[in-house]
Amino acid sequence: MIQTQNLSKHFGKLCALNNVSVNLQKGKGVSLIGPNGSGKTTFIKCLLGMVIPDSGRICFNDQPILRDSWDYRKQIGYMPQIGRYPDNMRVRQVFDLMTDLRKDSHCGPLDEELIEEFGLKNSFDKPMRTLSGGTRQKVSACLAFLFDPAVLVLDEPTAGLDPLAAEALKAKVLREQQKGKLVLMTSHILNDLEELTTDVMYLVEGDLLFFESVENILERTEETRFAKAIAKIMAQQGKISSTLQRKTIAL
Amino acid sequence: MRILLRYIAYDILRNRMIIAYTLFLLLMSATMFSIESNPGKGLLNLLNIVLIVVPLVSIIFSTIHYYNSYEFIELLLAQPIPRKRLAFGQFLGVGMALSLAFLIGVGIPVLLTGCSSAALSLVLTGVFLTLIFVALAMLAAVRTRDKARGIGVALLLWFYFALLYNGIVLFLLFAFSEYPLEKAVIAFVSFNPIDLGRILVMLHTDASALMGFTGAVMQQFFGSGWGVLYAVVIMLLWFGLPLWGSVRSFSRKDF
Repeated sequence: MIQTQNLSKHFGKLCALNNVSVNLQKGKGVSLIGPNGSGKTTFIKCLLGMVIPDSGRICFNDQPILRDSWDYRKQIGYMPQIGRYPDNMRVRQVFDLMTDLRKDSHCGPLDEELIEEFGLKNSFDKPMRTLSGGTRQKVSACLAFLFDPAVLVLDEPTAGLDPLAAEALKAKVLREQQKGKLVLMTSHILNDLEELTTDVMYLVEGDLLFFESVENILERTEETRFAKAIAKIMAQQGKISSTLQRKTIAL
Repeated sequence: MRILLRYIAYDILRNRMIIAYTLFLLLMSATMFSIESNPGKGLLNLLNIVLIVVPLVSIIFSTIHYYNSYEFIELLLAQPIPRKRLAFGQFLGVGMALSLAFLIGVGIPVLLTGCSSAALSLVLTGVFLTLIFVALAMLAAVRTRDKARGIGVALLLWFYFALLYNGIVLFLLFAFSEYPLEKAVIAFVSFNPIDLGRILVMLHTDASALMGFTGAVMQQFFGSGWGVLYAVVIMLLWFGLPLWGSVRSFSRKDF
């Protein structure tokens, strides 16, 4: 559904993405994992057209995404890492604005399941500035699912949510995935990703280290639990890079 | 368009700074016209306040508003709308709200006291200056990633146009006082929208008689139909070029 070919992006000297080529398919739950500053958010922003890659190609349903493309975003629901909304707007008005914005591209009923489950209707008349971080995160989540998009991009979805809401969100993601949607997410809480992930994209300093299915990873690391397997890989990776560093210093 | 109007009505018009700005302008207009029995003089006093306050509030408010809505702009960028439309929306939202505040705070009181050509030119100048400084703020904010630096650039721009530029022109006039500079002054004026606004309004009041020979040359130039057209075109350029630049930067930038 989404293919990238040799996607590269530099910010000054910093290399955020280096020749990343992946093929993300329908019905998969792809987790983007990597240490801080490894290019996860940059990759997501490239897909959404918020960051313009230096080189490489992104195709959405076999259509290349160019600098001016915007039509393809009709099929994407995005939940940002930090949700900040206009201070004076009420929750209801944010939903109204977004509905207005996507009215032309969306036909059929709105998916208000999450709004019900989060009990967000109770805070519909509150101004956005009075909401807590967690409630704002709930608003972001509801907006991502509202238009029943074919692709869901979730950047740290469970950060700041209470356990109950996090569970509700995870259940929702799983349901949508089973309907054949592509879910792309990042998180540092590996336990949250465990049930939702079918494939892992592992990035380190802009390089795609591997793109493998969970079964493969479990087999390779001889672990039974996803979180432990990833932790093992991360620790190994850490050792390799620190020895590399030591060697370069020694040289 | 409906989305834009919703945005303005739901958020920007409820902003405390916009409400305070409207009330301040209303208060100033009321004071100026109640102190002076002669509406012409009141208008001139009001002009001096408008020329300082309108650019300052427009440029600072737009810059702060842009940085505060940065995350919301990011979310909107992920929606199916072209970037250019988003950039225009951001500009129009702030520009229309500030213009509305100016029209309520200065436009209505001024036009109530008398619908002279000076009054009309004051209102027109105020709206132009609002839009010009919102566009300049957009340009500065879009091109500067850091909030503190962006606000600093905005303040410097205002400082330059409102205060520094006049000093430079005065210095030049003084240094070259041996030469006939009347025509050059018209060129100088074109490079600063605030000065252009000042001249446009003053030429429509009695004060133009006090401006000496330069005033007479200007009266001759800006008094004609072509002069007014020239002034309007320059004002439009002052607002069109920064807007074009900021929309261009906005649609190429990484968020």
